[in-house]
Amino acid sequence: MSKPQNKFIEWIDTRLPIIEPFRKHMSEYPAPKNFNFWYYFGSLALLVLVIQIISGIWLAMNYVPTEAAAFASVEYIMRDVPFGDLLRYMHTTGASAFFVVVYLHMMRGLLYGSYQKPRELVWILGVAIFLCLMIEAFFGYLLPWGQMSFWGAQVITSLFGAVPSYGEELMLFVRGDYNISGATLNRFYALHVVALPLVIIALVFIHIVALHEVGSNNPDGIEIKKHKDEKGVPLDSIPFHPYYTVKDLVGVGVFLIAFCAVMFFMPEMGGYFIEYPNYQPADQLATPEHIAPVWYMTPFYSILRAIPHKLSGVIAMGGSLAILFVLPWLDRSKVKSIRYRGNLYKVCLAAFVVSFIGLGYLGGLDPTPIRTLFARIFTFGYFAFFLLMPVYTTLDKTKTVPLRITK
Amino acid sequence: MKGIKKLCLVTLLLAFTSSVFAAAAKVDFIYDMPKVDLRDQASLQRGAKYFMNYCSGCHGMQYMRYSQMAEGIGMTDADGQVAEAIVLANLVFSGERVGDQIKAAMTKEQGKQYFGINIPDLTLGAKVRKPEWIYNYLLGFYPDDTRQWGTNNAVFHDVAMPNVFSDLQGLQVPVTRILYYDDDNRPVEEIIGFELVREGTHTPEEFQQAMYDLVNFMSFASDPKKLKRQRIGVIVILFLIVFTMLAYLLKREYWKNIKK
Repeated sequence: MSKPQNKFIEWIDTRLPIIEPFRKHMSEYPAPKNFNFWYYFGSLALLVLVIQIISGIWLAMNYVPTEAAAFASVEYIMRDVPFGDLLRYMHTTGASAFFVVVYLHMMRGLLYGSYQKPRELVWILGVAIFLCLMIEAFFGYLLPWGQMSFWGAQVITSLFGAVPSYGEELMLFVRGDYNISGATLNRFYALHVVALPLVIIALVFIHIVALHEVGSNNPDGIEIKKHKDEKGVPLDSIPFHPYYTVKDLVGVGVFLIAFCAVMFFMPEMGGYFIEYPNYQPADQLATPEHIAPVWYMTPFYSILRAIPHKLSGVIAMGGSLAILFVLPWLDRSKVKSIRYRGNLYKVCLAAFVVSFIGLGYLGGLDPTPIRTLFARIFTFGYFAFFLLMPVYTTLDKTKTVPLRITK
Repeated sequence: MKGIKKLCLVTLLLAFTSSVFAAAAKVDFIYDMPKVDLRDQASLQRGAKYFMNYCSGCHGMQYMRYSQMAEGIGMTDADGQVAEAIVLANLVFSGERVGDQIKAAMTKEQGKQYFGINIPDLTLGAKVRKPEWIYNYLLGFYPDDTRQWGTNNAVFHDVAMPNVFSDLQGLQVPVTRILYYDDDNRPVEEIIGFELVREGTHTPEEFQQAMYDLVNFMSFASDPKKLKRQRIGVIVILFLIVFTMLAYLLKREYWKNIKK
């Protein structure tokens, strides 16, 4: 190891290891040289996490988590706090952007088999982050104390009531009251600003540590570690820093342009990012005609509604998330990347994408008989993709994977 | 491989656009409202006048301060300071100070007693309801003897609010069309327009302009920092475009020697 140039860095490094971790995870981390468009979303997810934490800290300085003052304090932030409107819209846009980025990041995993051996744990940790994000978003949505905040929380917490024999007690435990109230708001606030962020940060950290232990997958799904030079560096790799730091910087720029376009010019995104009924303060005597979760929750909400029996619906919704954890063991294919899979897998994946988007679309609308029918078909499509995976990935005709990265 | 990727993206795009279209499927209103124009300060000031004179007795705008309103609608002096004396003389009727929030003259309890409902605060009125909706609501009052104030509304049926603008508007009766006959063979009607039977102080055109000004003002009140935010947004995005171009050039420079 060559000596560090800078005396100050040397002084620190003899007391705290910084040079070695920087080499291992940045300047000498061997990243496959063929990352494509889909590989931007990991670093972007990290960026959005930082945006959310920073904007969240500033919002928390001005927000009042009480039943009487919550709604007014949000308007106070919007009007009286200097740049408060930007802080708030940054946080609301960030919430939706987080899910856009994470859904695309997960789609990348499906396209290139990034969850397969030896990256099962990377995938599992990622799914855990995804679940925490949904819980975090759910807690956060109550805080503005608008009509949708209140009634959305009412609907979702009532799901605990579906648990046999202990349902009522469980619901009471979650809400801290017989109804959604100031007590619920206080605990959701504590969980939203302290508990979940801590868990998410810890999970993100070990998600990356686990990834760097096994090394990144790539669009070809070829293990680059199988072909190394005399120094033990994979032949098809390039150092993460500076190559991917500068490449990701371009991604960050493009992403921020889109992000700012929404944040500055259409923060409500036509009611998708901020629901218009949420501009009315929570009123427990006036149930809105139409209660819909925010767009990123709708696919799972659709699955819940598609099942006519409440407890079964809750189980199906839970199952739709839980099944993600076992994905690495459902896929029996000999190849990772979609580039070398057969048409069978491609058709199944396309059907899954259609089902998922279909569920998301229907979840934001009032149910009608025809919509419920479609929601059921899509629910079937969602589960079939996973449950039949051992079958169709075994039957699928795969192509021969080259030994080295081709392009 | 490429094909599948494209297919996925196209599916995503299609799903997204179709959902946007589905959300945009709108109700047909009787009156087309001209576009909200937050730059038209004369209109905003007239709107503020109508709000303070006709609405603020019952409805507050409690999340907005008089000073913030004055600043946003251009009631400022040459130095850009809020023209306090003019605001207090013309728009503040209840002895409040210019930094106070715009509260309704009526208390919550009185409102409940007189109208039987919680009178909504209107700071965010133009967010909860679309501007077109409010415009048509304000223009859509007609006489109805079955209601407590003798009026009903074409957009918000059986609303508790009376037609506070009747002296401006005059009296209009609805023109209806029969949609279908119900099971008891009674006609079910739909209002398709109005006919003025008694003139008010305003001509129909003047009155529509007045209601446009009021809705314009309400749109401003629902998001008073909008124009300022958009001005900052332009600068931020221009910066980001330059930043991204430089980042791209840097990336290209670094990647020059990487063999594909």
